[in-house]
Amino acid sequence: MYARFSEKKEQEGKKELRKSSRKIDLIGRFFDGAKRYFVAVLVFSLAATALNALTPQIFRFGVDSLLEDAERVGLGGNLWFLAVLLIGIAVAAGISQYIFRFCTAQAGENFAKNMRDVLFSHVQKLPMSWHDQNQTGDLIQRCTSDVEVIRNFVVTQLLEVFRTVFLIGISFAMMLSMNQKLSLIVLAFLPVVILYSAVFYRLIAERFVAADEAEGELSTVVQENATGVRVVRAFGREKFEMDRFHEKNERFAGLWIRLGRLSGLYWGIGDLITGLQVVAVIVFGTLEAVQGTISVGEFIAFASYNTTLVWPVRGLGRILSDMSKAGVSFARVDYIIQAEEEDYQEEMGRSEENRKEAAGIVFDHVNFGYEAGKRVLTDLSFSIPPGTTFGILGGTGSGKSTIVQLLTRLYELEEGQGSIWFHGKEIREVPLKKLRKSVGMVLQEPFLYSKTIRENIAACAPDASMEEIRRVAGIACMEETIQHFPDGYDTIVGERGVTLSGGQRQRVAIARMLLAEPLVMVFDDSLSAVDSQTDSLIRKALEETRKSATVILISHRITTLMGADQILVLNQGRMAELGTHAELIQKQGIYRRIYEIQMSRDDRKKMKVYSMEGFETDVEIERLRSEREALAGTQKGITKEGGEEDGSI
Amino acid sequence: MAVYEEQESPKAFSFRVWAELLPFFKPYRKYFAVTLGMNIFLAGVDIIVPLFQSYAIDFFITPGRLGGIGKFALIYAAVIVAQTICVYISVSAAITIEMNLGRDLKWAQFSHLQTLSFSYYNTTPVGYIHARVMSDTSRIASTVAWGLVDMFWALLYVVCVFGIMFVLNPALALIILLIVPCIAVLTVYFQNKILRWNRKVRKINAQITNAYNEGITGVKTSKSMGIEKENEEAFYSLTVTMRQAACRSARLNAVYVPAILLCSSVAAAVVLAQGGWMVREQIMQLGTLSVFISYAVIIFEPIQQLARLLAEMISCQANIERVTDLLKQEPNVVDRPEVMEKYGDAFHPRKENWEKIRGEILFEDVSFRYPDGKDYVLEHFNLHVPAGMNVAIVGETGAGKSTLVNLVGRFFEPTKGRILIDGVDYRERSQLWLHSQIGYVLQNPHLFSGTVRENIRYGRLSATDAEIEAAAKSVSADEVVRKLEYGYESQVGEGGGRLSTGEKQLISFARAILADPAIFVLDEATSSIDTQTEELIQRATEKLLKGHTSFVIAHRLSTIRRADLILVVKDGKIIERGTHGELLEKEGYYYELYAKQFEEEAAMQVFAGENFG
Repeated sequence: MYARFSEKKEQEGKKELRKSSRKIDLIGRFFDGAKRYFVAVLVFSLAATALNALTPQIFRFGVDSLLEDAERVGLGGNLWFLAVLLIGIAVAAGISQYIFRFCTAQAGENFAKNMRDVLFSHVQKLPMSWHDQNQTGDLIQRCTSDVEVIRNFVVTQLLEVFRTVFLIGISFAMMLSMNQKLSLIVLAFLPVVILYSAVFYRLIAERFVAADEAEGELSTVVQENATGVRVVRAFGREKFEMDRFHEKNERFAGLWIRLGRLSGLYWGIGDLITGLQVVAVIVFGTLEAVQGTISVGEFIAFASYNTTLVWPVRGLGRILSDMSKAGVSFARVDYIIQAEEEDYQEEMGRSEENRKEAAGIVFDHVNFGYEAGKRVLTDLSFSIPPGTTFGILGGTGSGKSTIVQLLTRLYELEEGQGSIWFHGKEIREVPLKKLRKSVGMVLQEPFLYSKTIRENIAACAPDASMEEIRRVAGIACMEETIQHFPDGYDTIVGERGVTLSGGQRQRVAIARMLLAEPLVMVFDDSLSAVDSQTDSLIRKALEETRKSATVILISHRITTLMGADQILVLNQGRMAELGTHAELIQKQGIYRRIYEIQMSRDDRKKMKVYSMEGFETDVEIERLRSEREALAGTQKGITKEGGEEDGSI
Repeated sequence: MAVYEEQESPKAFSFRVWAELLPFFKPYRKYFAVTLGMNIFLAGVDIIVPLFQSYAIDFFITPGRLGGIGKFALIYAAVIVAQTICVYISVSAAITIEMNLGRDLKWAQFSHLQTLSFSYYNTTPVGYIHARVMSDTSRIASTVAWGLVDMFWALLYVVCVFGIMFVLNPALALIILLIVPCIAVLTVYFQNKILRWNRKVRKINAQITNAYNEGITGVKTSKSMGIEKENEEAFYSLTVTMRQAACRSARLNAVYVPAILLCSSVAAAVVLAQGGWMVREQIMQLGTLSVFISYAVIIFEPIQQLARLLAEMISCQANIERVTDLLKQEPNVVDRPEVMEKYGDAFHPRKENWEKIRGEILFEDVSFRYPDGKDYVLEHFNLHVPAGMNVAIVGETGAGKSTLVNLVGRFFEPTKGRILIDGVDYRERSQLWLHSQIGYVLQNPHLFSGTVRENIRYGRLSATDAEIEAAAKSVSADEVVRKLEYGYESQVGEGGGRLSTGEKQLISFARAILADPAIFVLDEATSSIDTQTEELIQRATEKLLKGHTSFVIAHRLSTIRRADLILVVKDGKIIERGTHGELLEKEGYYYELYAKQFEEEAAMQVFAGENFG
């Protein structure tokens, strides 16, 4: 016992380790295939900057040689040499710049692609309980806008910072080599400009948030007006809406004008500071030149270096203050990354217990609630032998669907909440994907992807042939409907294409499940929107093609359930009754009462005819029941005694 | 649907398109004048600044004296200060133009939208409408305010600089002038290409957002089918194309920028070589050469800007066209002039002339087809609904149950025949008159962001707090309110997103009852609602319908059974009509619908009785 416990501990430890290293892997994956581009960016941005810094030196040389004796300089009076050199440098700088920009895009786009891919795959693997806690809109925001902010940070801001630092370094070195005193004047202005820009952007940013919110509010008014247009018109509230819009619109425009003027002011002052710096350099440079400390060429070169510095330095301040935005976005993306994925291991470490008696599906004293303190299922035990049909009848919120969600581990049972067995194994010991592929589900309101009908049906079996797709569509009585669509099987479902009715969606979902050929087929109220004639046709076809599959039917219609080998009556998460149709009828319990009401109309006979087609005759039901009894003898023990008194409705 | 795809951008500049905006410019003539004036001055200053450097070389450095340098420094500084002030004024004027113009355009769009008919909303996605009001107008405003100003500045600058250069030295100026067309051609070529790729990037970006949306909303299905991997692969192929397109656009930029820089380097090199020779031959002063070099380097910036701005203005024409197209949309349902005369329009109602309503409705030989549809969905339909009668409309999802309701509400008008309310064709009265008499409760009740109280008050703006609370109480919406943290002052979130469907429905009941209309239109919710709320809603529905003429798109048996008349709709047409008993007797389509519904509710009742009764 102890040995097992410690083994388990060790396993847990390994699991933890695996989890934390997975997170690092995820962030590491952002850089996949982008690293070399990042390196290239640094190298070539350095090269381009250095080459650009040579140009003023050539001017200097040219100008100075004009003033001095040409023979001594050795140009032979020919300045074309310098011109060619200038163009040569420009070409080299241009190529460096091209590579630099190209690699920046590659680095950034690869980074963004990785980030998107990682997020998409990660989000899909996060457990349902996590999805329940997070709003779709917010998640999408994080995966799109925040990713964009980070991408922008990496592509433009981060690299721009490097470039500017190189530029300052190189230009400054050049200046220093010509004249120290003038260089110091330039240097003195640098921190002032950077600091001023940073502070200025910080100040603007606050106002920007307010103005941005005003825009958001205005946008909401428009959005709600358009979506709620029926309400607006029905109450004749056009004027009210316009007043509301007017107010928000004025506020929005007013805030932006104030923001714009403020930034105009800051901008102007920034211009003033850099402008005065240029004045200072020219005036002091003139003084130096007259005194002969620098040559005219050096003077021109100096002024040139100074002007090339102005914009990048001012940009630096802005980038520095923008960086905080990227920090916020990164934290928002990280929130998703940090969430724990489900365990998608293909191979389970060990498959210790293999309970022979637990063939099929067994629920063993299962207790469950989505939130602490709110129990949905209480002490639920039953078993479904392979190849049989299991019906579940229950009221709203009785926990019917929870049973299936637990079986497929969309939600996990915790220690002490009982256990669920699938084909002899505890479900936690079955690889997740295998488990889910084995259990096919059709929900009452099935989700279809906005792809073609064919792609939707073949979602689980992308390689399926057209014949197979037609076959399953035929079983689901969908073939004819699809033929009537403009593009047949290539009709796109959803907003961009054809809107399917509830019944059509259900039938597509049934076809989709059939194509996957799962061991267990679950119909969670999945024919509720189909007319009864089609309903019985589908059920009949299913009965013929199910082969050895286990079927779980969830419904409120006795006619749907009555042919099942066992019927579970679930009331508020507890088993109220369990047995065959005939047994439950004799019990005088909930099932019996529902049966009576559903059958009690004056036209009962007729009802019976059309709804029984799926199971032909009472003889058929008898046959199924005897088969069930042979298979599910073990059930008797846990069948609850039904002793409720008759209640009137 | 293709109409809503982003259109190809126009290729040439069109005065006709821009002229349509002129009325919007008018109020801001003064601001335009100010900013243009400032830019004339700024262009001048920008041109003069490099001259200071050459002055310093020619008058101080070359002769080697410092007399007057103080004055020089002062003037130089003064010019910089003046420049700062002008920048500030110009920016202020431009932002004022931008925001006011944007505001006016938004207002024009929004108010026009309030007059458009339902058919417009039925065929136009909300996102498209939203973009017309918000982003198109913003784009136009900013292009006009900044683009126009910058273009003016750049044009002025280029012309003046060339003027000066020609005065200083025509030969050198000509050399620089030769490079201008190269830059212009390069810019137009690349900008167009980049624009196209950027559009593609935006399109893929929208697809990626959609994919996330689908991946997240469909996560349960994907998980249960175990197709995470397949989904991932489909998504990866999207991100791959995204990367390609984005890199493509960046690569074009990566060629364009150095190419332009190369042009300017060539110009500078030629100037240096040729001008240097001139200086040496003493044809030209050294200061002049330094001016030329400065101009040669700087001039390309405004030329590029000109070309880029022109491309931007041209692509902005698409936005303008979309905006003006919307403004030209005519509403399908309009009150006739003589009706407006008597009853007033939506914004200036003349309530003194409004008749009281009893609520009798008569469909007289009505045929109808949707404006965008081919087939008639109603043909020679006759129906008399006396005041106070409850009419239930039943049928499957998508069968076309809302058609009648749309007609009653005059959201659409009959194609043929008439609808009479209290014996008068409803087209003889104003839409607002009718809408003020109809209470409307939707299946997915739409609430507006704001408090619960504000939402209920939407039914009657003049209602007192006490009346609002009484209305809420009468339909048990107060039970919802009680559960909320701030009671009636609780925020409901955008579209009422913080409340459940059932809760929203109860609040929209309160809203409708506050309006106290003679006719009710109710679209019952189908989505599953918890048992308790369901009961509240059933009681509220009963209360709401009592004594009012009503049309109910019904899903609940209790509602259907109570109705005085049931209309059964299939495939857009009314196929059966009668009372519950009559229709059951018929054993037709209704019978089948009913049977299914009945079974479900029977089960629910037994379980409910088990637990509460």
